[in-house]
Amino acid sequence: MDTFIQQIINGLVLGSIYALVALGYTMVYGILGLINFAHGEVVMIGALTALTVIKLLASSGLPGIVVVLIGLLAAIPVCMALGFTIERIAYRPLRNAPRLAPLITAIGVSIVLQQLAMIFWGRNYHAFPPILPTSGRDIGGAHITDVQIVIVLLAVAIMAGLMLLVNRTRLGRAMRATAENPQIAGLMGVNINVIISATFLIGSALAAVAGVMVSANYSIAHYHMGFILGLKAFTAAVLGGIGNLPGAMLGGVLLGLIESLGAGYIGDLTGGFLGSHYQDVFAFFVLILVLVFRPSGLMGEKLAERA
Amino acid sequence: MPSLRKPWLGMLLIGVALALLPFLIGKGLGNSWVRVLDFALLYVMLALGLNIVVGFAGLLDLGYIAFYAVGAYLYALLASPHFGLHWPIWAVLPLGALVAGLFGVLLGAPTLRLRGDYLAIVTLGFGEIVRIFINNLNAPVNITNGPQGISQIDPVRIAGTPLSKTLEVFGLSFPSVHLYYYLFLALTLLIVFVSIRLEDSRIGRAWVAIREDEIAAKACGIDTRNVKLLAFAMGATFGGVAGGLFAGFQEFVSPESFGLMESVMVLCMVVLGGMGHIPGVILGGLLLAILPEALRHGAVPMQQAAFGKVLLDPESLRMLLFGLALIAVMLYRPAGLWPEARRKREFTAGKAS
Repeated sequence: MDTFIQQIINGLVLGSIYALVALGYTMVYGILGLINFAHGEVVMIGALTALTVIKLLASSGLPGIVVVLIGLLAAIPVCMALGFTIERIAYRPLRNAPRLAPLITAIGVSIVLQQLAMIFWGRNYHAFPPILPTSGRDIGGAHITDVQIVIVLLAVAIMAGLMLLVNRTRLGRAMRATAENPQIAGLMGVNINVIISATFLIGSALAAVAGVMVSANYSIAHYHMGFILGLKAFTAAVLGGIGNLPGAMLGGVLLGLIESLGAGYIGDLTGGFLGSHYQDVFAFFVLILVLVFRPSGLMGEKLAERA
Repeated sequence: MPSLRKPWLGMLLIGVALALLPFLIGKGLGNSWVRVLDFALLYVMLALGLNIVVGFAGLLDLGYIAFYAVGAYLYALLASPHFGLHWPIWAVLPLGALVAGLFGVLLGAPTLRLRGDYLAIVTLGFGEIVRIFINNLNAPVNITNGPQGISQIDPVRIAGTPLSKTLEVFGLSFPSVHLYYYLFLALTLLIVFVSIRLEDSRIGRAWVAIREDEIAAKACGIDTRNVKLLAFAMGATFGGVAGGLFAGFQEFVSPESFGLMESVMVLCMVVLGGMGHIPGVILGGLLLAILPEALRHGAVPMQQAAFGKVLLDPESLRMLLFGLALIAVMLYRPAGLWPEARRKREFTAGKAS
């Protein structure tokens, strides 16, 4: 039983990180109908920027939490600037182009960012300095560290804030209107370009937070981490129904749970035939199953079939 | 295809040029470039296969490399000391095409109701599943030999002559890379021919109809389910053939060659060249296969000339320039380098597809 609870805890932590990244994908998709392939790299840049700052300050005598906070505050503007620039250079000129064209530029941006990060930070893995408290508590035989508790709580707080922003503010209303129909929103006086830029800024800020969380949780960061993380987060967004904010959160948490439970139990379930290294198969398999029965994701609206 | 209606003289000249090409390149740049050309032909086959799914039928497939992997591993298992089997190429290649085609149907069947980006992510997941299985099927029963891959695969033999050794005919010597070049060229031409015939056929028109508007296509009496499945199967078949050739050529396969990045690369070839337009896709395949190699070879001397030392290692410079090239080409030619006339018209008329 304690393994079960432990896997649930791990899944929740992983899932809240996925959810934050997935929100970035889903917001952009909702408004532009574009898979922002470079989003995972933004997460990576955020993690490495924060880590560089944290390493510089690690021996300064400041408390660990403060150092990490400063690192985070340094990473957020960097990521926001990056997201803004990406949209300006690679996506905006192609807004009316065939659907696959921005996908290819997104792939190009992703490759460029990865290579730049490698030139800048090197091929090595960067270890997170041991400045955060390692204390934790035991729940029903399972262990959760304070860092993990903070990750989950922070993710929940950010998501609640985002929902408030989208549902209650002028900016949020403009975002929803643009997602519904950009042309009409433009006619109603919404400045679409500003809204799209704002979407990228918000998504990139979330990516920065997620990047710091990942590196704090796994104590490691490297130039290649964005790719697989982005892939998982995108899977989560699709699982929940892409373009749907609560769906991205649900999808993220579900995917985290599926992965860690799958990794924990797949060996027992298959009599040892499949080991825990099949955890990715598990995630994709569930995704395919869900999409077969609900082709627009768990919470996605049924898309009107446009003629 | 206007080129088919050109006088036979043009065809003959192109044929002679293609036949002499490896000798010219081998003399001028060295045989390693003929090897690059061989790989480029493999990529052209892959790009043409994916073109059927993405370009003709408009189904975005991000896991295409899985079929390449199936073809390659089938060849590796049936013609290597791993299981002690040494089947001839005549048996393995068609079987590889068939099995890859079955995998295509396997992928297509559950995804028939999905559209657009949902389809993209499912195909991506499928590609990853195949790769992960190949990577891990070495225990409890060793089928794929896991991450180490399978080595000592039999080279392709034609009429008992292995293509991995230099062949002397009438005083002319054909190095191995030249022999593979002719084999790959023959199969590429076959695939081009099949693609052209498919494009003009009833099925090809049905694919294009589905790409343009699936509901209208259905209303016109097209059995969209079967036609879409056929697109997946057909594209997969080409991938399977290319995979088998790859295994015989490399004499080694490992899961590393079949990552998501490879799928993305093939997709880039199709889109960059001009989706649905066969000459464009061939151009895209050749360019994206050869360009990175050229960058790799040119990077070190260029930096030495410009800065007096090597600032960036050629591998990352190559990828960097490649990424920038992808962005630049799409920004300036969003419909591809050599788009189909119809698509170009649509695009300049301001209609997004």
